[in-house]
Amino acid sequence: MTAAAQREALFEYLLRLGDNCLILGHRLSEWCGKGPVLEEDIALSNIALDLVGQSTLWLDLAATVEGAGRDADALAFKRDVLDWRNFLLVEQPNGDFAHTIVRQFLFDCFHVELLQALTKSTNQEIANIAAKAIKEAVYHRRHSGQWVIRLGDGTEESRARAQAALEQLWGYTKELFDGDAIDEMMMQAGIAIDPGDFHENWRDAVTAVLSEATLTVPEATWSIGGGKKGVHSEHLGFLLAEMQFLPRAYPDAKW
Amino acid sequence: MTAGNDWPLWEVFIRAREGLSHKHVGSLHACDAEMALQHARDVYTRRREGESIWVVQSTDIVASAPADRESLFDPADAKIYRHPTFYEVPDEVECL
Repeated sequence: MTAAAQREALFEYLLRLGDNCLILGHRLSEWCGKGPVLEEDIALSNIALDLVGQSTLWLDLAATVEGAGRDADALAFKRDVLDWRNFLLVEQPNGDFAHTIVRQFLFDCFHVELLQALTKSTNQEIANIAAKAIKEAVYHRRHSGQWVIRLGDGTEESRARAQAALEQLWGYTKELFDGDAIDEMMMQAGIAIDPGDFHENWRDAVTAVLSEATLTVPEATWSIGGGKKGVHSEHLGFLLAEMQFLPRAYPDAKW
Repeated sequence: MTAGNDWPLWEVFIRAREGLSHKHVGSLHACDAEMALQHARDVYTRRREGESIWVVQSTDIVASAPADRESLFDPADAKIYRHPTFYEVPDEVECL
């Protein structure tokens, strides 16, 4: 494999890491000022900021690897829908609080496993970012997991909403573990592992919390993916329109 | 943001550093102890203010009554000899 192909694959892989964090962080930021209670408003905003911060690290590194004169801001604010590499799961709209929490929990359990693997990456910069990010991710998982338990094992209404969110989101989780050619190249280079390798761990972690929450693990009757290859749901375009508006309308804006 | 009104109130205490004592920093609403701890972390330690948190349900705190202030505290006013200010601190003592 040529060095150029290797570099391109690494760039793609880093975009996936960064894009997942940025899109989910942006989704969470939509709760800012609208949280169900002040305490949770701050909690969700904190997590949003953690994720946006992590995306900055990944996209900075992606820009360096690409070496085309773009920086993290250019990658964040000047790419159109088809150039985004995040999972469909993280771009799904917030819905109600249960929906946001369930989406977050499904991702957080994946995120912790992924970052754990990346701390052992042969790429030292990736290992360093993962080591920093995993501390945040472990807290995110604790926060969303505890909420899943309280919503599931809460009132009849909160339980119904949490179960409905699970049914609506479950089909998006398969994509998190479907390896492709890029993952294969990362694996060969010792940079990352096959995401399928921690599907079992993820399922166990999710199942343990869901059973404590008296929620039912959905039947995998449908699944959809494509986000990591740039095939997105209609929601991402609207998200980008809002997220990218200011730097696109006022390219030299400073504050 | 009114949904949390039926949640109990918790008092939050933060220890800034090893060796210091926990200090009251404020209060918050939470549905139970674990969430109170998480909310305290999110609301009161965002700028690395601490390394240990206590939360106590506000109703579990026993407070002195404002009406008792005179009888509880005024008598200490006339006991100046209780302040350790009547001796010289040697220069070698650094921790005071």
